[in-house]
Amino acid sequence: MSAVALHPGTGPIAASRVFVGRSLRHSLRDGEGLSLAIVLPVMLMLLFTFVFGGAIDSGGGYVDFVVPGIIVLCSGFGAASVAVSVNRDLTGGAMQRFRSLPMPAATCLVGHVVASVLRNLLATAVVVGVALLVGFRPVAGVGEWCAAIGLVLAWILAVTVVFAAIGLLASSPEAANGYGFALLFLPYLSSAFVPLDSLPAWLVPVASAQPVTPLVESIRALLLGQDPGLQPLFAVLWCAGIVLAGAAVAVWRFPKR
Amino acid sequence: MNPTIEITDLRQSYGGRAVLDGITLGIEGGVFALLGPNGAGKTTLVSVLSTLLRPDSGTARILGHDVVRDAATVRRLIGTTGQYASIDEALTGRENLVMVARLLGLGARRAKQRADELLGSFGLEDAADRRVGGYSGGMRRRVDLAASLVLPPAVLFLDEPTTGLDPASRSRLWADVAQLAADGCCVFMTTQMLDEAEALADRVAILQDGAIVADGTVAELTGLIGEETAVLVDRDGRPVRTLDVPSSAGGLAAALAALDPAERGLRVELRRPTLDDAFIALTRRDHRLDLTGAAA
Repeated sequence: MSAVALHPGTGPIAASRVFVGRSLRHSLRDGEGLSLAIVLPVMLMLLFTFVFGGAIDSGGGYVDFVVPGIIVLCSGFGAASVAVSVNRDLTGGAMQRFRSLPMPAATCLVGHVVASVLRNLLATAVVVGVALLVGFRPVAGVGEWCAAIGLVLAWILAVTVVFAAIGLLASSPEAANGYGFALLFLPYLSSAFVPLDSLPAWLVPVASAQPVTPLVESIRALLLGQDPGLQPLFAVLWCAGIVLAGAAVAVWRFPKR
Repeated sequence: MNPTIEITDLRQSYGGRAVLDGITLGIEGGVFALLGPNGAGKTTLVSVLSTLLRPDSGTARILGHDVVRDAATVRRLIGTTGQYASIDEALTGRENLVMVARLLGLGARRAKQRADELLGSFGLEDAADRRVGGYSGGMRRRVDLAASLVLPPAVLFLDEPTTGLDPASRSRLWADVAQLAADGCCVFMTTQMLDEAEALADRVAILQDGAIVADGTVAELTGLIGEETAVLVDRDGRPVRTLDVPSSAGGLAAALAALDPAERGLRVELRRPTLDDAFIALTRRDHRLDLTGAAA
């Protein structure tokens, strides 16, 4: 038999670049998914400001209150599709090929996560743009904007990693889709849409103990020129913890799938 | 020289059931076909050899590299085509090939160039820029095979490469495999189709319940179950039973004389054993017609 040269293969960084390109192609090609990820949060925001807003705050200031919550909700919508795309890679044949190639196959997850973060940033930007059109009037300086954007980015990353982990754990793309739905309720049980003190007493500890509340409180305070106190720290700790937990699931689960 | 593929006492079980029950095989090169019914362990064996599955015990080496301890090197030597096409349906044929080429370590320009070459040699130019999701079964397999050949592999694994293909796509794929073998690539294929093994393989092994029950060339395997046999056939040409022909001179005449009067109207045909016969005799799953008295 003739001598065959060893295939060079790629390292983690080069492979990640290839997979980010692949996942971005997927995103751009899935026009319906991309537009839903943008249109749904915008619809929700319009619903909350124009339909519910009058009942919650007849003075019309509700838009300033609700936009941070909508931004958080929006990242959930956008990231949910990661669970399905990760699971499809595992249950379809693609992963078999990736694993038999001379490169770290887990970098395929990096592609999904990075593409999702970029998709969500785009959706968030559109939501903020529409919010400004319908009367959102933030009073933040450059520093506050950067801090708020940083928090949103951390949250998007955290939610995306959770959905990627769900994709690794679920038995089928359909199941992955179903599990993700539960996570979308989190913002409703927080101070995203109504002030904490308006919740029933037994729900207040639940709402304050979950990650969305410090996140929303921080973004709201930063954008509206109030003092966020320690809330940004709690929000960052939550996001870091979630990312670590999700990464642990990936490290534990990926080699077994 | 080391065998290209060397498997020693490989075992793998799931939930107490031995899927691979001590496989030992050495493959020098050429086209090797692993035949076996559904559930015999073919895909499990290919998964172990292509580093996708860690065996419970035993070793397997590709060109001397252990598939567990030196999986990274083995992945730099092999190409794989799974039972169902392992390609990205949302990407086009060209994008799939470019992606695999990049992951194998080719630069952007070289990857594009190689994808173009493969699209040409597999007759996929017209479909190159359509998404694979819309391809026919035969086209998918060709993209999949092309993806396994972006860089020439030392060993190509084909797991049931023609299952579900129409006859034209099947013979096209056969021609591709024959060409690869002619170019010096060692091909390890699994199949349930005996004619496929007969057409392509230099060597055939039959896997049954996780064990190799026969191993040799097609001629050797069919030889295992005897030479030509005399078969009684009815007026429609359907075999009725095998004649027991003593190997002495005049044996056939004696056998004919000993026929039951009810069988006198039947014809006698000489039948050369096929790989089908060998397979049926060796796997003993199918008793509908015992033409293989010698081996049974």
